[in-house]
Amino acid sequence: MEAVIIGVGLHPFGRFPGKSAMDMAASAVRAALADAGVAWPQVQAGYVGSLEVANPDAIVGRLGLTGVPLRGVFNGCATAGTALAMAARVIETGEHDLTIAIGMDKHPRGAFAADPSVAGLPAWYGQTGLFLTTHFFGMKINRYMHDHGITERTLARVAAKNFRNACGNDRAWRRTPLSVEEILASPVLNYPLRQYMYCGPDEGAGAVVLCRADQAHRYGGRPVRLRGCALRSRRIGAFEVQSPSLPVSEHAPSPTVDASREAYEIAGIGPQDVAVAQLQDTDAGSEIIHLAENGLCKDGEQERMIADGETEIGGRLPVNTDGGLIGNGEPIGASGLRQIHELVLQLRGAAGARQVPGSPAVGYAHLYGAPGVSAVTILSR
Amino acid sequence: MTTGQQIPVAEGLFTWPSDEPRLIGAQCVRCGLVVFPAGTDTAACQRCGGTEVSEKLLSDRGTLWTFTTQNFRPPGPPYDGADTAETFQPYAVGYVELPGEVMIEARLTEPDPARLAIGQQMRLAIVPYSVRPDGTEILTFAFTPQAAAAREA
Repeated sequence: MEAVIIGVGLHPFGRFPGKSAMDMAASAVRAALADAGVAWPQVQAGYVGSLEVANPDAIVGRLGLTGVPLRGVFNGCATAGTALAMAARVIETGEHDLTIAIGMDKHPRGAFAADPSVAGLPAWYGQTGLFLTTHFFGMKINRYMHDHGITERTLARVAAKNFRNACGNDRAWRRTPLSVEEILASPVLNYPLRQYMYCGPDEGAGAVVLCRADQAHRYGGRPVRLRGCALRSRRIGAFEVQSPSLPVSEHAPSPTVDASREAYEIAGIGPQDVAVAQLQDTDAGSEIIHLAENGLCKDGEQERMIADGETEIGGRLPVNTDGGLIGNGEPIGASGLRQIHELVLQLRGAAGARQVPGSPAVGYAHLYGAPGVSAVTILSR
Repeated sequence: MTTGQQIPVAEGLFTWPSDEPRLIGAQCVRCGLVVFPAGTDTAACQRCGGTEVSEKLLSDRGTLWTFTTQNFRPPGPPYDGADTAETFQPYAVGYVELPGEVMIEARLTEPDPARLAIGQQMRLAIVPYSVRPDGTEILTFAFTPQAAAAREA
């Protein structure tokens, strides 16, 4: 049985002093339920993810103690991909008719400061200043620029686009436009990446309500089809985050490539069909690399594509139309549900000022993060 | 004031003290995969799942595969440099390919990206990265551009 999305809800992303992650999530869930036209007691099962909240399933205390099986899930930056895939899976297997995926987080300011042991790494790796995921992003794009002729200006163009798109999104965090020149003048944090080329950890929540496709007519709104979900972890030989060493004898693509191919295959949809994409833009370089890793262009084509405005709203392949991570920040548990929220609005034709013209029919969402895990979700009208 | 004492940040990372220090890696007895650091007793080979490894001293020379810089003081803990946000000196980090062996993620002794290049020849160096209140220097491994290494020698 196919699962469809009938409701989406998003608490704005940003900084909300005094407001808990769980309160933000409760507000996102209420918005998603209202969007779907259902009440909380009708929800038969759910999956909820968070990095900072140890018991995100405690949200039932704010929504209603119905006894609903609500399971906690976590896959780093790909957490929301897992929550959505599991919520769909229990509909596909026939176990449940109406389910929910929830994500929430509230991170302290600044770079993540975890102990390396949380990622199975030795203490010295953190003591000597190597345990920073941002090093990986800097090193991967540096090599990519060297191999494929991508320039620093293209990095800045991507960031400028995402800030510009965020300006059209009243739920986004960073709604101040920044020019390519301003971005190129910001301090280098991890060469070649500059301050305004990075997303920051912040706060927010999202929720998505799903039901059996053959029951969608009972609820309000226009259902969006969930065509394929895939999650893959790194294979040996992939150039991956948090790796004290990597083999020289063999090479494998990023888990993004594996998850992408699997999702296209499940969906029976190819990259040429994608009308709007949400790609993990932890930094501007990541968006550039992920365009190719998700099959949306060839390596090196990004230099021309981005200069020609192809990834702008109104371009051939709009990317991160709501501002992406650069414009919204990254509350880890919720980030992927923000992507789904945006795609659902775009496929419904309800994205307002930032609506992609031409009634987009296929939306593509991609997540990537430590310790080398990627989730891809493909939606269609 | 310094006691002149130097200690490695962790045991088993590199041969020390030594005039020609080497990183201590491990090689899977079954499939030959080389990894660094040698790891824990419970780690299985990432390629074949084998659990028997032999110690392998790694080459002290290689080529720079990629690099970046760290331009702000990393959050500490876990970082335990003796510096502060004000006294912090940027450093570079890269992957150095030891031919036929393994790629190593390491600090680079040259912090200026304009003086680093992909493909450059690099050589292992053991360097202090922090100092304890009693003056004891904490050592870690790093790679240095080989032309620079030759100049210093």
